[in-house]
Amino acid sequence: MSWKLAGVFIVVVAILFITACQSDESLEFKRYYSSGALVYQNHCQNCHGGNGEGLSALIPPLSDSTYLKKNIGSLPCYIKNGLKGQITIKGKIFEDVMPANDLSSVEIAQVLTYIGNSFGNKLNTIDEQSVQKDLASCR
Amino acid sequence: MRTTLILGLAIILLWSACKFGSDKKTLPIYGNRAPVTKTVDGKQVTDTIYQTIPPFKFVNQYGDSISNKTLNGNIYVVDFFFTTCPSICPIMHRNMLRVYETFKSTGNFKIISHTIDPKHDSVPVLKKYADKLGITGNMWWFLRGRKEDIYTIAEKNYLVAVKQDSSAAGGYIHAGYFVLIDKQKRIRGSYDGTDPKQVDQLIDDIKTLQAEPDQMIVQ
Repeated sequence: MSWKLAGVFIVVVAILFITACQSDESLEFKRYYSSGALVYQNHCQNCHGGNGEGLSALIPPLSDSTYLKKNIGSLPCYIKNGLKGQITIKGKIFEDVMPANDLSSVEIAQVLTYIGNSFGNKLNTIDEQSVQKDLASCR
Repeated sequence: MRTTLILGLAIILLWSACKFGSDKKTLPIYGNRAPVTKTVDGKQVTDTIYQTIPPFKFVNQYGDSISNKTLNGNIYVVDFFFTTCPSICPIMHRNMLRVYETFKSTGNFKIISHTIDPKHDSVPVLKKYADKLGITGNMWWFLRGRKEDIYTIAEKNYLVAVKQDSSAAGGYIHAGYFVLIDKQKRIRGSYDGTDPKQVDQLIDDIKTLQAEPDQMIVQ
């Protein structure tokens, strides 16, 4: 029994050490990511789905990493002002309107970090400063 | 001691009663009902008249007229939406697609989605929406008609609230219910179309309704 207890103790200490050793960068990522998950649920999930799967040919999926990387500087504008016109996602054409979402720049950074690191995507943390910079040059 | 025993017995009885009941499940019949007394073979017989969906006439995504008669002999599910709806419609139709896929190969079953924005949602717009959703054939119809007719049937007959409201996202507020109608045009269930669990229940209930014996269908 006491051995078991000691085992649990060691594991707990080990977890504490590991979390303590995390860099500021990864802590920031985690904060952005977990807040972003909530923003996603409230503002994106109805249309884009819980797994970013989209809806048939009406709403594009969010799992096209190539598209996300290529358009990373425009994504904040797309969220803030909506998106019209044709886009090609995973080889399929989508042409319906995405409505504007009046989110703050930090919320946009959070949700982009969440999307950019979910559904099979692997992007870096997208922070508030870069979002603000991108928003300033929206067309 | 004795009270505990009696209590325990009561619980067991209640539990087994519930279990027995679930073996032969029938769906409730919703809406107003009225008794009628008529004379059959010189005897007074009391019967129940249930609330049913009254005659209607709409047009589907192919431009065909669809009336209450077109749906005779069908079990059907009803919802209300509009193609430019940014809020609950995508999630409703993501869930309705599951219903469509489940019953795709069975006869006597239809899905009808009424647009509550007939001004924008013309027949070609509805056809395009259906195409993009991946709907073919005649199991799932997207209907449009006169706005008053759509709003009246939604609220009075299918008991789903819809309203034009410029302050709401997309310009309309409406409830995301899926309403289940039996072959005699009576309401047998109402489900939140945005909740996958309730849609699972709808799929089960459609199967229950399909298994309902024919003598219950003859009124």
